[in-house]
Amino acid sequence: MAKILEKRLIREPDVFYYRLEAPLISRKAKPGQFVIIRLHENGERIPLSLADINPEEGTISLIVMAVGKTTTEMSMMKQGNEILDLCGPLGQPTHIHTVGKVVLVGGGFGVAPLYPIAHAFKDAGNDVVIIMGARSKDLLIYENEFNRVCDRVIITTDDGSRGIKGFVTEALQKELEKGGVDLVLSVGPAIMMQNVSQTTEPFDVKTIVSLNPIMVDGTGMCGGCRVLIGGETRFACVDGPEFDGHQVDWDNLMNRQKKYVNHEKLSFERWKQKHTNMLCE
Amino acid sequence: MKTEKNKKKPKIIPRKTPMPEQDPSQRKDNFEEVALGYSLEMALQEAERCLQCKDPKCVDGCPVNVPIPQFIKAIHDGDIQKAIELIQDKNLLPAVCGRVCPQEDQCEKNCLLGKKHEPVSIGRLERFAADWQGTACQLTTPELPSSTGKRVAIVGSGPAGLTCAYDLAKLGHEVTIYEALHEAGGVLFYGIPEFRLPKDIVTCEIALLRRMGVEIVTNAVIGKLISLDELMQDFDACFIATGAGVPTFPGIEGEHLNGIYSANEFLTRTNLMRAYNSPEFDTPVITGKRVAVIGGGNVALDSVRVALRLGAEKAMILYRRSETEMPAREEEIDHARQEGVRFEFLINPVRLIGSNGWVEKIECIRMELGECDESGRKSVCEIAGTQFQIPVDVVIMALGTEANQLLLKSSGDIALNKRGYIVIDEATGRTSRKWVYAGGDIVTGSATVISAMGAGRTAAKAIHNDLLEFMKE
Ligand SMILES: Cc1cc2nc3c(=O)[nH]c(=O)nc-3n(C[C@H](O)[C@H](O)[C@H](O)COP(=O)(O)OP(=O)(O)OC[C@H]3O[C@@H](n4cnc5c(N)ncnc54)[C@H](O)[C@@H]3O)c2cc1C
Ligand SMILES: Cc1cc2nc3c(=O)[nH]c(=O)nc-3n(C[C@H](O)[C@H](O)[C@H](O)COP(=O)(O)OP(=O)(O)OC[C@H]3O[C@@H](n4cnc5c(N)ncnc54)[C@H](O)[C@@H]3O)c2cc1C
Ligand code: SF4
Ligand code: SF4
Ligand code: FES
Repeated sequence: MAKILEKRLIREPDVFYYRLEAPLISRKAKPGQFVIIRLHENGERIPLSLADINPEEGTISLIVMAVGKTTTEMSMMKQGNEILDLCGPLGQPTHIHTVGKVVLVGGGFGVAPLYPIAHAFKDAGNDVVIIMGARSKDLLIYENEFNRVCDRVIITTDDGSRGIKGFVTEALQKELEKGGVDLVLSVGPAIMMQNVSQTTEPFDVKTIVSLNPIMVDGTGMCGGCRVLIGGETRFACVDGPEFDGHQVDWDNLMNRQKKYVNHEKLSFERWKQKHTNMLCE
Repeated sequence: MKTEKNKKKPKIIPRKTPMPEQDPSQRKDNFEEVALGYSLEMALQEAERCLQCKDPKCVDGCPVNVPIPQFIKAIHDGDIQKAIELIQDKNLLPAVCGRVCPQEDQCEKNCLLGKKHEPVSIGRLERFAADWQGTACQLTTPELPSSTGKRVAIVGSGPAGLTCAYDLAKLGHEVTIYEALHEAGGVLFYGIPEFRLPKDIVTCEIALLRRMGVEIVTNAVIGKLISLDELMQDFDACFIATGAGVPTFPGIEGEHLNGIYSANEFLTRTNLMRAYNSPEFDTPVITGKRVAVIGGGNVALDSVRVALRLGAEKAMILYRRSETEMPAREEEIDHARQEGVRFEFLINPVRLIGSNGWVEKIECIRMELGECDESGRKSVCEIAGTQFQIPVDVVIMALGTEANQLLLKSSGDIALNKRGYIVIDEATGRTSRKWVYAGGDIVTGSATVISAMGAGRTAAKAIHNDLLEFMKE
């Protein structure tokens, strides 16, 4: 059981911040790792990245976008409620080292897990730049946090309502052309990470991506999270989630992510019918 | 002439008392237990068959040495309570073992009666005794000695870990089990399906441990949440029983297509996450009309029978050797056949073909058996030019498992063998690191429930002795 110590809406209408009581996990967790939660007895196990780790107060934070049944149910939980199962930290931590200039690229809620990663790269003495993108300015999250830890924050919006108009990849292209980029690390939707990897490839800059296949146990036991890296099968939950973006078979990942679309829709629809009143509140 | 008056010559009953079963046409559509268990009458009749050997070879065949003739005699005398006590003294999980032990390779293989006739159905009698009081939930908690003050950590809550915990708790040690998943039981919970081993039984037997004061911490991945070094600071000894676990894939073209599962994933989704109750339970599983399972062991058979129950119209086992080489239990093969599972022997998949990202066909090649190799297993090779395709919706790979390195990777000082399994001293379960013991599938590779339990018991005994020695020093 893990108690929700704090919960707030950080981006209308569906992105929430949760701070959970997790003394043991917070002591061990490193940037780049994730946890698996199960909300209740009938619930599924879903993986969520760590958006902040605070060993002193014994807490971890998650930023979750309500996209389907489980994440929506979670969004209706309140401060003080308990999450039935919380398991972690899982996966390999980000390899933090001193390389020089690190460019972090995040999109959507994917910027959240970049926060502890940015911190760690900065502490290791790197020049840290973040490029964060959103469709429009209201959808940006975590801007202040990044302003505090990064040397530079570059914002892009599809509609130009804030920062540079365009995609993160365009801003990344410009950074790469300027030269001096030693490492790119990207977290976000698969399609964005694929485009980031394609952008860096001609520049021969090492590019790390955090893959998000569908998972069950998160301990290497089921093989459901298998991804193809350089033609080889790897399990994202134990070998990853971070891999070399230039080696990832993206079509395979995106295809496998769609596996349960119909099941998920059905289960969400059923649930919504049962809970219409609650949702309207 | 000797007087034969008091020595009643046992009447030989050549055949086992049959086990009542759910009708195949009915059971293929539900997840309820297939074998229904003996009635008292049937049990008495079966107990009557035992010759009560003076030197019972059956006991040697049981990895935990259940006192077989004694418990059968107790059943014969109508004292079922005594029978279960006799079994429980040696075996923490009789309701489990009575159901899933490969008895034909263990106790029953050695049964004297079996030399000429069918052996005594020891497993069914064990199950009868275990089920007699209802479930293990009603079992009385054994009396515990006062605490020794020694603390033992157990990693993994499969049969090896549970048995080790039980034995150590009975000796007065403080035991904590750490389990990575949200539910204790290991393969008993996530692997073996409900219709062969109802989960209530596992839950009850685990509840007994809790009543004995054993602490079970779930969602605790040792090596991630707590390192082995940290455990060793908090505890006097540690028993590693993390199972085999990691599934293997054949490495053929197309194996990443949607609709292709490892048996572990398919079974975990249905058993642990109860996908058969989806959407009531949130975890989905893909259910196909045509399901092919690759492999010939118990795991393959469990998978194919689950697929059938999830609505497959055509459920097939594809095995690369012939029926005689199949490692699965005969009883399971018979059950699967009765339910309508199709068996295809001497064929091997070479490629999986899909469209729109989903598997549609499996390309196979015919195989032939050759000479026996040193291990006594027949070699098998492809017959060139015999490729053909089978239309499928779901493919399940049941090709065996490898050692799970999650814990071992982070504790470099434990000696492993070439295949990544832990090296132990057989007699004690000691590993290369002092005060760390190991047993079960993480030592032997995929084996049986009862051999894992035997390993848990051996280690418990050694841990106890080593701790006593240490306390004397
Ligand atoms: C390593 C990792 C880290 C993640 N971190 C975050 C995070 O920090 N914040 C966040 O909002 N989301 C994160 N996700 C995605 C999150 O797990 C899914 O959004 C969630 O599982 C959706 O569940 P649902 O029932 O609400 O939606 P559903 O309707 O079930 O699914 C919506 C989509 O989510 C994906 N999904 C569904 N089930 C799983 C599963 N068990 N594992 C992975 N993906 C799944 C599928 O692609 C699906 O199409 C992460 C995923 C992974 C693998
Ligand atoms: C589908 C299937 C059917 C089978 N049928 C039969 C049968 O009919 N009869 C029979 O005798 N045998 C059968 N077996 C084999 C038998 O189940 C195993 O040999 C036995 O369960 C092994 O026991 P164990 O205690 O070593 O490990 P497991 O049962 O594998 O348990 C290991 C436990 O450790 C946990 N764990 C792993 N790593 C960590 C970690 N780092 N930290 C914390 N916990 C961890 C795992 O989550 C798991 O719960 C079957 C196996 C399968 C998969
Ligand atoms: S535990 Fe298994 S091997 Fe031992 S007597 Fe019982 S059924 Fe036979
Ligand atoms: S060997 Fe067979 S007949 Fe003899 S005691 Fe054991 S079960 Fe009975
Ligand atoms: S989620 Fe099961 S092996 Fe990775």
